[in-house]
Amino acid sequence: MPETADKALSSEVAELLRTVQQYRQRIQADLHEQVVAAIYAHAEQIAARAVCSSVGPKRPTLDQKIDRIVTSRLWGFPIMFALFALMFWITISGSNVPSAFLAEWLVERGHPWLRDLTLAWGWPDWLRGLTIDGMYLATAWVVSVMLPPMAIFFPLFTLLEDLGYLPRVAFNLDALFRKAGAHGKQAMSLMMGFGCNAAGVVSTRIIDSPRERLIAILTNNFSVCNGRWPTQFLMATLFVGALVPAPWSSLAAAGAVTGVALLGVLMTFVVSWALSRTVLKGQPSAFSLELPPYRPPRVWQTLYTSLLDRTIFVLWRAVVFALPAGALIWLSANVHIGNDTLAAHLVRTLDPVAIWVGLNGVILLAYVLAIPANEIVIPTILMLTVVVTGQPEAGAGAGVLFEVEDQNVLRTLLVQGGWTTLTGLNLMLFSLLHNPCSTTLYTIYKETGSWRWTLWAALLPTAIGLSICFLTTCLYRACT
Amino acid sequence: MSDPTSMLRTGPAVATLPCEACSIYRSAQLKKLGVRIDRADHVVALAGNPNTGKSTLFNTLTGLRQHTGNWPGKTVTRAEGAFAFNGRRYRLVDLPGTYSLLSTSPDEQVARDFLLFAQPDVTVVVADATRLERNLNLTLQVLEITNRVVLCVNLMDEAQRHGLVVDTRQLGRDLGIPVVGTAARRGQGLSELLHAIEDVATRRVQCQPIRLPEPPPALRQAIQDLVQQLHRIYPDLPNARWVAMRLLAGDESILNAIRTGELAAVTGLSTGTTKAETRASHETARPDDSHA
Repeated sequence: MPETADKALSSEVAELLRTVQQYRQRIQADLHEQVVAAIYAHAEQIAARAVCSSVGPKRPTLDQKIDRIVTSRLWGFPIMFALFALMFWITISGSNVPSAFLAEWLVERGHPWLRDLTLAWGWPDWLRGLTIDGMYLATAWVVSVMLPPMAIFFPLFTLLEDLGYLPRVAFNLDALFRKAGAHGKQAMSLMMGFGCNAAGVVSTRIIDSPRERLIAILTNNFSVCNGRWPTQFLMATLFVGALVPAPWSSLAAAGAVTGVALLGVLMTFVVSWALSRTVLKGQPSAFSLELPPYRPPRVWQTLYTSLLDRTIFVLWRAVVFALPAGALIWLSANVHIGNDTLAAHLVRTLDPVAIWVGLNGVILLAYVLAIPANEIVIPTILMLTVVVTGQPEAGAGAGVLFEVEDQNVLRTLLVQGGWTTLTGLNLMLFSLLHNPCSTTLYTIYKETGSWRWTLWAALLPTAIGLSICFLTTCLYRACT
Repeated sequence: MSDPTSMLRTGPAVATLPCEACSIYRSAQLKKLGVRIDRADHVVALAGNPNTGKSTLFNTLTGLRQHTGNWPGKTVTRAEGAFAFNGRRYRLVDLPGTYSLLSTSPDEQVARDFLLFAQPDVTVVVADATRLERNLNLTLQVLEITNRVVLCVNLMDEAQRHGLVVDTRQLGRDLGIPVVGTAARRGQGLSELLHAIEDVATRRVQCQPIRLPEPPPALRQAIQDLVQQLHRIYPDLPNARWVAMRLLAGDESILNAIRTGELAAVTGLSTGTTKAETRASHETARPDDSHA
């Protein structure tokens, strides 16, 4: 019985489709156009009856006056750079003090206290090493390095977003996107990517042409995401800020972070351009972008939600990944193969490759470990550096993260580990230009439904990153 | 039912005791249920142009913290939450903001497919009072798909600042659906909106929305023909005329939905909603009904 019903249904469906086909051939005019025209005429009529404006002929409103400046050819870009640089500067100069405070309590005091406590409880060495020296310390590091900059940066960014500035940025970038053969709405997914690339990839759904959407998906990784901001802030503070006299150091650091973020935007254009001329050929489609009215942000609510939704969310993600990573690092530093630890073997294997691109084996290993989340790159690098360079005076044994009082110690430690300004700079570049995290890759797979494009999304930025790091290394070595 | 004013009755007209006319009293009837969307009596969809405050309204009603942002394209998937009002539970679905329902971008399809196939009990179209004409374009398209619509003219405070006065009564009469003015960011007009939603959900108010002008005679025959065939195949399809129009316009996604049997599947599903409604209508009368 169901079978015959199915058959009857499918024959009816076929007939329906045939009828549609017949009528469509007979109808000459563009029905779609007609329907749209009818809707518009109707809406205009109804709106005219319902809305009455008490103000006379339109004068330019304050919004329009502001828009004329922030989207002008002359001032649009400088204002944009200045705003972002200001945001980075506030973040960098504001997070030093709380970072040091957290490090003191969580790492310097908390860690020995926990060690003593577990000693008193009579925990075996391996258990204490794994949990306290590995997991706890990695997590404590994540919190003290990441929490302050995130707690400052995210609310600032959210305020800017609530104000309505982001569509203006999109407006400014639109012409460039068109020149690159991409969709202007890609500016929106790019902005979204500054928060989280996975979210940025999902937000490309506002682009209706599949070709342009793919371009937006493949290039979203060039927006520095939540997980990568801490790397940028720390490296800029340690290595770029140190190049100039103290009063100017946070300014220089902010400049460096702005530079990297801009390089990301530049890469977005370059790669979009290259893609739209090679594998994803086609014409950019037209669209309209609405500039919403500026709305005074509700400051307290913004602070509250951005702290809860973004800061705590990112921190939580970092902690969740840092716990097993901390354990892994401790294990790799305490499992011996031959005369050396596993970590030392791995780092030594990667070193020759890394030297070519001005990085080191520690950084590359950290990026392999950090595929699930960019957030743990910095803690991993710090822990591995201690493990490999074996600086017992800074740490408290193999695989134990050192205790630092301030960032000078941190810098000294990295320099002892063989770091130069080039290493710091290249880490900033590589952090911008490498494969997306596994969450983003999975999102790309879900959105594109294709392993091929997912692979592209992973390999393209990594290849670019390695080449650019190679170039800067050659330049640096030629100059010094 | 045919009384034209009945469809315009919003909160104040229904309430009888002084207390019930007070917005503080009525807002207190709202219970934010967050993500507890089970056992809902009614399904309410939030549609509208981007950046009109849908997500703000969604957050206010459900108590959730769906991220809001002052830019178009912020919401691209649908978010769900729940609230209870006057003892009824509502599942609220926040659809992506769209300018129309006629194009093929994935966010518009999410919105359209939900209205077309999931057939919510009430669709609240959130419109920007300062850009009413453009927002009405979408409203009219929604009205082609479903009858049971409440128009929420949001951002009334902003309109006021720009010296605009929006006559919601006139709008209601022209569109044939309840129209409520709100300022969701300040919580103004929410109780009126909730009452309007309740009225439409419980069918106490019957919407008689305007339709687009009749198509040219050449098309009329075609549409009639197709509507008949559609009804034969999908007896539950409530918006056959719109589907027919889309088929004639060569809408690929609708054609696909027919080819793959998706349309048949979803029209079958719609009985689920009806069950929820019957259960709701069997409930005892509301307390303030007894006062009336």
